[in-house]
Amino acid sequence: MEKHSQRPEPKNLNSVWRFLRRCLFSVLSFGPMPKHIAFIMDGNRRYAKKMQIKEGSGHNVGFTSLVSSLQYCYEMGVKYVTVYAFSIDNFKRKPEEVGSLMHLMKEKIDQLLEEESIVHKFGLKLNFWGSLDLLPEPIRSAAEKAMVHTANNTGPVLSICVAYTSTNEILRAINKSCARFEDKTGEGSDPANSILVTDLEENLDSASCSEPDIVIRTSGETRLSNFLLWQSTFSHLQSPNLFWPEFSLRHLIWSVLEYQKVYPYLEARRKLCQES
Amino acid sequence: MYLAHGITRALAPPVQKFQSSIILKWILGFCWYLLHLVVSLVDMVCFLNHLLLSSIISTGLLRKYQNLKLNNLNCLAIVVDSEEAEDITKTQKLLSWLSSIDVKCITLYDLQGVLKRTIGNDFKSMTNTSLRECKMSKMTVEILSLSDGKEGIAKAANFLISKYMKDDSLRCNGTKPTFSESQVSNALEAIGYKGPDPELLLVYGPARCHLGFPPWRLRYTEIIHMGSLRFMNYGSLARALYDFSKKNQNYGK
Repeated sequence: MEKHSQRPEPKNLNSVWRFLRRCLFSVLSFGPMPKHIAFIMDGNRRYAKKMQIKEGSGHNVGFTSLVSSLQYCYEMGVKYVTVYAFSIDNFKRKPEEVGSLMHLMKEKIDQLLEEESIVHKFGLKLNFWGSLDLLPEPIRSAAEKAMVHTANNTGPVLSICVAYTSTNEILRAINKSCARFEDKTGEGSDPANSILVTDLEENLDSASCSEPDIVIRTSGETRLSNFLLWQSTFSHLQSPNLFWPEFSLRHLIWSVLEYQKVYPYLEARRKLCQES
Repeated sequence: MYLAHGITRALAPPVQKFQSSIILKWILGFCWYLLHLVVSLVDMVCFLNHLLLSSIISTGLLRKYQNLKLNNLNCLAIVVDSEEAEDITKTQKLLSWLSSIDVKCITLYDLQGVLKRTIGNDFKSMTNTSLRECKMSKMTVEILSLSDGKEGIAKAANFLISKYMKDDSLRCNGTKPTFSESQVSNALEAIGYKGPDPELLLVYGPARCHLGFPPWRLRYTEIIHMGSLRFMNYGSLARALYDFSKKNQNYGK
């Protein structure tokens, strides 16, 4: 009898917690809500050191933290979330670490496509931004398969940056724009000022998304490390002083509240830029 | 009478719903203001804390902020809110502080080109050099605005494709234009849009936002928010530079 009465409780607790979250998000949405949040998930290794666990486990806990943050973002009505999972610079790490990160990535991509995952819960569309040709074949094909599988989903969008740097993204946009220019025009034509800022923007990985409203880098570091340098012109840059696996709902709420404070200023600057 | 009673009952629910939705909005709004009051209080405490430490640093009592070792600072960038940049005396004071700390290379940036119009013109009349760059005693000062960022990269793309179209050997081979990052950097230099990547960027304005600083130069730059230019003080500047001097970067490793 006791066992039977214990089983429904977690489900009830979850419902109560979900209801409280909805109330909290309703309060938050009284002010301007961000449509696009970007995360630099920094501090997994230092978290593992702090908790005295294996370095690889730090990344696993980081993934759990990512899924719950995504859940809260989408419940709040955020349409686009972008995460910096693996930089081109990270290939410089020890081969064993790179190998285990690749393995983890493949495992998590497969997990995301499972039935009970967050992708199915919210009807997420998955994007992978970066030079995917730099990735080992199993991860590259898993990423491509995930994009195809979710291409027709109409829910919120999760963009995962792997083998990515902003300068590489801009470079690929330049190459695509130049290739298109060459195809369109003939011999002897002068391309002076033919390639515009808008052409480059159409060829960025982020062309289908709005610009990020907030860029959050955990672990207190204050640099962007070659992440969304083009797109973050009017983004509110935040550097909470905690490791990524420690990032929770209260940090996310604080982040949105800080954004709401500066929104009038950033929106005014954005409008000025559009008018000129 | 029954008809009147029925009509009243049919009309009542929407009115009640309307009233309860207004009450709900009021409650939500009140809670929202409360949350923001908490945020403002916390920010105020942090601000006062920071102001106190900056004032102590400005008095010169703390030795470690006096002789700053800035060996790893080759170039310092400063983003200023355009409205605040109209007060030219503040920016000039900031430059004089930086000169006294022996910072050799500075890049000033504001969104709308106010600094180019004010300080830039000052420099032009003083030194007869271009609007963008000037040597001021032992300091090089570069002044940029929004048009030096993304537009500069588009111009570099045009420069590269121009060269490619004129190079018959490349085009006859059938090779598609595929440039490298170093070629883009060289193109930016060739058209006068290249400058050093600042190691540190100080943002003077209401929000921590780089406002379109040239993206090609921001890769590993530490970005620090200094608050409004109106309330700038020497202590905050010294503190920001000191904290920077203690930084270690992995560069992805």
